[in-house]
Amino acid sequence: MEPVSGESGSERGYLAERGWRSWAYTMDHKRIGLMYLLTTIAFFFIGGVFALLLRLELLSPQAKYFSNHTYNVFFTLHGAMMIFLFIIPAIPSGLGNFFIPMQLGARDVAFPRLNLASYWIFVAGFLVVIASLVSPMDTGWTFYTPYSAKTGAAVATLSFGIFLIGMSSILTGLNFIVTIHKLRAPGMTWHRMPLFIWGMYATSIIQVVATPVVGVTFLLLAMERLLGVVFFDPAKGGDPVLFQHFFWFYSHPVVYVMILPAMGIVSEVIPVFSRKPIFGYKAIAYSSLAIAFIGFLVWGHHMFTSGMSPLANALFSFLTFFVAVPTAVKVFNWIATLYKGSITFESPMLYALTFIGLFIIGGLTGPFLGALATDVQLHDTYFVVAHFHYTMMGGTVMGFFAGLHYWFPKMTGRMLNEKVARIAWALVVVGFNVTFFTMFIAGVRGMPRRYAEYLPRFHAENVISTAGAFLLAIGILVLFWNLWQGLRKGARAPGNPWRALSLEWQTASPPDTENFHEIPEVTDWPYGYGKPKGPAA
Amino acid sequence: MRHGTTGARRTYFAVYAALVALTVITVLVSYVHLGMMNVVVALLIASGKASLVALFFMHLKEESRLVWGFALVPIFFLTLIILGTLSDTLLR
Amino acid sequence: MSAPQDGHNDPAVAFEAAKLGVWTFLATEVLLFGALFTAYTVYRAKFPELFQAEHLKLNRILGTLNTVVLLTSSLTVVLGVDAIRRGKARLLQLYYGATVLLGGAFLCVKYIEWTEEFHHGLFPDTNIFFSLYFMMTGLHGIHVFLGMCVLTYVVVLAGRGRLSADYTTPVEMSGLYWHFVDLVWIYLLPLLYLIG
Repeated sequence: MEPVSGESGSERGYLAERGWRSWAYTMDHKRIGLMYLLTTIAFFFIGGVFALLLRLELLSPQAKYFSNHTYNVFFTLHGAMMIFLFIIPAIPSGLGNFFIPMQLGARDVAFPRLNLASYWIFVAGFLVVIASLVSPMDTGWTFYTPYSAKTGAAVATLSFGIFLIGMSSILTGLNFIVTIHKLRAPGMTWHRMPLFIWGMYATSIIQVVATPVVGVTFLLLAMERLLGVVFFDPAKGGDPVLFQHFFWFYSHPVVYVMILPAMGIVSEVIPVFSRKPIFGYKAIAYSSLAIAFIGFLVWGHHMFTSGMSPLANALFSFLTFFVAVPTAVKVFNWIATLYKGSITFESPMLYALTFIGLFIIGGLTGPFLGALATDVQLHDTYFVVAHFHYTMMGGTVMGFFAGLHYWFPKMTGRMLNEKVARIAWALVVVGFNVTFFTMFIAGVRGMPRRYAEYLPRFHAENVISTAGAFLLAIGILVLFWNLWQGLRKGARAPGNPWRALSLEWQTASPPDTENFHEIPEVTDWPYGYGKPKGPAA
Repeated sequence: MRHGTTGARRTYFAVYAALVALTVITVLVSYVHLGMMNVVVALLIASGKASLVALFFMHLKEESRLVWGFALVPIFFLTLIILGTLSDTLLR
Repeated sequence: MSAPQDGHNDPAVAFEAAKLGVWTFLATEVLLFGALFTAYTVYRAKFPELFQAEHLKLNRILGTLNTVVLLTSSLTVVLGVDAIRRGKARLLQLYYGATVLLGGAFLCVKYIEWTEEFHHGLFPDTNIFFSLYFMMTGLHGIHVFLGMCVLTYVVVLAGRGRLSADYTTPVEMSGLYWHFVDLVWIYLLPLLYLIG
């Protein structure tokens, strides 16, 4: 299908209508997606500030600037904000909302009003979470009982806030599932869908199945504090590890909510900037479903040292190794796509390639934690912190940045300054690795996580890591400053600056509110790059 | 797609009667001491009632395979969370 | 190029989409209650004698009565759906109105049960059995109440002439939800009241 340079329309497209009401009451998935993006990016910055405060404290082995309690609050807020208010909603509710209907050739999601409600429920949720900061949590983002049931913090309030955010997540997932089933353009069979959609479909299934469990878990925690119900209190016969089972039944699959959309973005970007069809389309598509499924079977691997039965330990460890298989399938197919491609290194591609490299490191360090014997040594050390930052930040956040740079022209109608984007990228990649690779070393050498103070023998790693963190922060600031400058002064973007084949690029930049003047008829998959009859390499 | 026939209504009343009957049975059985079998019988009857509600009142019987998928997949995950948790708590 | 159908404006697609949406929502509810059923299973296995002793303190008669009330309400719902499928909006109002009343009756019986239990010094923090009992019936009761609100809204819609044989979506979708609420109770009855 020939990429069209973009249909004519009002220059501002869906952004034309002004006034706060046109945003607050909008049912346009694109506007809702933008609102989610701005909100989640704001929390990314706030969560990042807490990270820098932590790294500042960790410059010295003794607690210098903050009390132990304050430090505990900081890492709780850093984790909880980054996870619940940034990384889970950012790609799905932000970029997903914007681009799922467009990639499907639809005018909107299946339930636009529900979509708007999802956003406002999310807002209500984070307002309640912020309200709980009058008495902030110091339990770590994992809120383990019995401490979370007894600490003086505003646990019930926070629980309610997270419950609301979870509801928003569930409703978004529900919306996407039905949209993907029912609103594909004529001719778009499942095997002609973009791979981002496959990733989002698998993500939505996880959101719908897993989130209710954590919702009830927080409800029970609040009830334990408010009504004294007995679920997790060992003094009354309850089981604190039951909390962990419920918590991780959600929180493990949720890491796949975080990574699958980012993988979907990588699957979109790599073919475009290699001018080659994606290698192994079906393998990548079904691997998303496989990752989602296997992800539900392994939650106990967070609990190996919590006192589970030997059988549970063995089962969860055994199953954990399987998730590497569909993940590797993706990596090999991306690499095969790159092979003999005409590769160019625009910023989206830089981030997509970075994703692959850093996610491999993050992923390969997973089995060390999945193996029982090594996990006993590594659990609750900085090795774990490094592992999940490589996967969540080296993975998801890089994928998110790739998506932001890739789709920026479409969302805003402006092009970014590529030179500045690449400078930011370099700062981010170097800063990231300096910050987090040293944590693998510190962890293996025995430095425990969630401590404001540490033994002097870990001093060097911590200084290096903090230096890296500030470099990373500078890179991120440059990145977002560049986005801001692009918004204000970027060159006008054509409809299809990357000469991509998926349907969102067959519209104006920015698109009109109704997306397509005429719903397109789809006759092929969106990866026919470099073919003789297709667009030029 | 739509059936608003008297046949349909007759089915609904028949299912209702069965549901009430099963309720009576399960309550009566609960007064008899059968040990572990009490649990088995009670859950079997409950599942029977649930199936009747799902198949006839929720019209699952007439629905596509897709809808059946949506209905059955959560049961799988429910089983998973129960068995996974029990693999720990039951055997400590 | 023939004009392809626009899924958003096709009522058949909209109906199927709504149906998938409701079943997806019910899936989330299965997991929501599922966590509580898991806790029940875990603790029942751990403290069989406690469950044996405590479950006898529940009022089996009222529990059974409530079961019949809910089953009847499911019947009135499905008859209401049947009515609107035949275009009979007034009949739908009667059936769904009856459902709301039956839901109210359920909550009244629940209220009586709970006050009786409080009277006997049985509270949510008394022991694990009663924590589960109050949490599970409480969460279920909230769902009954919310269902009553939704069904009332459907009755109002019918009164405004917004429903017909060609547009039954709100009726069918709310009906599915109500049946689910009934389904949960079908399991709560034996698990809490009947097995020792």
